[in-house]
Amino acid sequence: MTKKELSVRAIKNGTVIDHIPATHLFKVISILGLDKITDQITFGTNLKSKQQGHKAIIKVAKKYFADEDINKIALVAPFAKLNIIEDYQVVEKKVVEIPEQIVGIAKCFNPKCITNNENMTTRFSLVEKSPLALKCQYCEKITNEAHLEVL
Amino acid sequence: MKNKSLVSITDFSKEEILRIVELAAEFEANPNQKLMDDKVVSSLFFEPSTRTRLSFETAIQRLGGRIIGFTDSSSSSTSKGESLNDTIKMVSNYSDLIVMRHPLEGSARYASEVSDVPVINAGDGANQHPTQTLLDMYSIYKTQGTLDNLNIFLVGDLKYGRTVHSLLMAMSQFNPTFNFISPDSLKMPDEYKLFLDKKGIKYYEHLEFTDIIEEADILYMTRVQRERFSDPIEYEKVKNVYVLRNSMLDNTKDNLRILHPLPRVNEIHTDVDANPKAYYFEQAENGVYARMAIMASILGLK
Ligand SMILES: [Zn+2]
Repeated sequence: MTKKELSVRAIKNGTVIDHIPATHLFKVISILGLDKITDQITFGTNLKSKQQGHKAIIKVAKKYFADEDINKIALVAPFAKLNIIEDYQVVEKKVVEIPEQIVGIAKCFNPKCITNNENMTTRFSLVEKSPLALKCQYCEKITNEAHLEVL
Repeated sequence: MKNKSLVSITDFSKEEILRIVELAAEFEANPNQKLMDDKVVSSLFFEPSTRTRLSFETAIQRLGGRIIGFTDSSSSSTSKGESLNDTIKMVSNYSDLIVMRHPLEGSARYASEVSDVPVINAGDGANQHPTQTLLDMYSIYKTQGTLDNLNIFLVGDLKYGRTVHSLLMAMSQFNPTFNFISPDSLKMPDEYKLFLDKKGIKYYEHLEFTDIIEEADILYMTRVQRERFSDPIEYEKVKNVYVLRNSMLDNTKDNLRILHPLPRVNEIHTDVDANPKAYYFEQAENGVYARMAIMASILGLK
């Protein structure tokens, strides 16, 4: 375990999510529903990072995420890295991948889209990963990276 | 097709489009068939569109169906702040089919997800208007005897015109050649040209409206609207360039037919109206038979 990771207390079993942009820490917490679980969570933010200005890190005790759940954070934390911890040891490393269907995370850029005028869940299909392009299932317009807003 | 909503023209396969076109011909030959006499249709016009509404209502009446609904949102519960979800849930309990026009894009897709009965999109903002496309397809089929291998010219506003985009997508299943005639500022968007490239369909772009139309089987005219131009001088420059006059039709093919989704402004001179190649008024009438075919097939009556 590196010195950097020790800036937030180590966990015995669970998941460490590293390289979250500091500005999106609370979005990641909310997307993963971590604000609603009872297990121990520790996080650190505004940590220095070589890759990105300031990063955040989350450690969730006793919790392992299914790929389809963790991939939901890819829109706000595309470079996030996961360490799966068992008995204080990293047993697996994972990266996140933007899913083909994005449900309820992104906002459609089109002000005349029904999703921006009705209390409902947004749905997009992934058209292009880089630069990011998402097609709204409703108005059929493309929302690209420059216009992307996370709900 | 039974119980399937029609939201976007791409919801229907090539076979389903052909089935609608053939059924429309059947209804035109025999328009008074009371197939819907035990059916109630909700006709929900959240914004007024007299032309589309009358066409649907005529189609429903000819099939013997009954209509409930409203003709603009001021007479609906929406004006009291009811959500689209709640309006659709309510009327889907009352009726066998919903026909819906709404100013917001994607509203018809959402309604089809919420509703227990099929939804026909009669226009959702600038997004889709699939029954217009199917009546255009029927008009092409009727006048050309086929949908295959035709040379189709699209003229005017090719950038914002949703009718030409939907027609392009649907006709692409029938190996056409396309010619696009428009001012530079209103050219066919790249996404549609990429789509044609991928399908290996030939298309040519022209800035000038000339004797190139002598190759056309179908000449599909659209309005060039003033509000599309940020620069009024630019509009003044192009507004009279893309006008069809009778004299331009002298050397065109005998089977050529001129289509237009109507209403027109000045893009087709009235001296064209008497030419037997002018087809836009019959095209509007074909809308009734195409909509009879769509409803009968979605309700599983044909
Ligand atoms: Zn949208």
